[in-house]
Amino acid sequence: MHEMGIMNDVLITCENIAREAGKDRITHVALTIGEMTDIQDFALEFAFEALRDGTMAQDATLEMVFVEPRSRCNSCGKVYEHDRYTMLCPHCGSFEVTLLQGRELQIDTIEAEDEEDQA
Amino acid sequence: MTTIDVKTPILDLNEKLARENRARFDENGVFVVDLMASPGAGKTSTILATIDALRDDYRIAVIEGDIASNVDAQKIKEYGIPAVQINTGGACHLEANMIKRAIETLDLSELDLIILENVGNLVCPTEFDLGEHAKVMILSIPEGHDKPYKYPNIFQISEAVILNKYDTLPVFDFDEEAFEGQLATLNPKAPLFKMAATRGAGVEPWTEWLRSRIEEQRSAISCD
Repeated sequence: MHEMGIMNDVLITCENIAREAGKDRITHVALTIGEMTDIQDFALEFAFEALRDGTMAQDATLEMVFVEPRSRCNSCGKVYEHDRYTMLCPHCGSFEVTLLQGRELQIDTIEAEDEEDQA
Repeated sequence: MTTIDVKTPILDLNEKLARENRARFDENGVFVVDLMASPGAGKTSTILATIDALRDDYRIAVIEGDIASNVDAQKIKEYGIPAVQINTGGACHLEANMIKRAIETLDLSELDLIILENVGNLVCPTEFDLGEHAKVMILSIPEGHDKPYKYPNIFQISEAVILNKYDTLPVFDFDEEAFEGQLATLNPKAPLFKMAATRGAGVEPWTEWLRSRIEEQRSAISCD
């Protein structure tokens, strides 16, 4: 359910950035999302379709790249990929681990146009 | 068409406001805890038990997040503790801007501890920094021992876990060993506090943990 709040912030930020760049229409939004955020692609897509009307992104497309969790073991130093649920080191069993990736929630790029582009 | 490189965290707006909230808390030496749980797990009862244990030593306020009503804030006020009710109007979690507005009504210089009672939900509150110093979650025995398997995120990001309604253990099919094993896998560092908040049983280890965090925050300001 938090996908609505997240998408609301995505659209506000994208509009601000497009406006600063002198653009009036957003055609594409690309996001990176870590799997450990529990964001569901279908729910985010739904939120995008529901909220984009009346914004600069009303005809935009949405691209989502999901990032698998990866951690480094602070005991044995090994780096490993894991699922959302189990962080402990598969090599030595240590709980002392540092998450390297998997909690991303980032707007990567947007594609935008102004009137000249559309002409 | 132009491609604009954004590379901005999605929750940038929320995180900026959360940092501002935290800076205000730090300036005033207030320790802030965000309490998260399902509806009915005993958030308000835990808050009342916490107030009982700490009110003689610390100045406490509570910010209550609910979709509607001011039932919880009333309960806290009847206890003689300042309480601010936030109605999220359908939103399933608190956000930093709501806290920012709520603390405008409190005199932070007159407080040592603020307890934020998040909206009852095991999913959405995990993603939003409110400016708190610690997120703590409550699971209650009737909800079942399988919750860490189903909602791992909230167990991972909580600094401490309260297992409430512990007095009901004999009547529910709650596998304590399985629960503690899964919690250790997800979040080995988090202390686990077993209590029955409405009976005031087992509350002390939790309030002692909180007390040490409040003292840390107070000593940080007196060193400045």
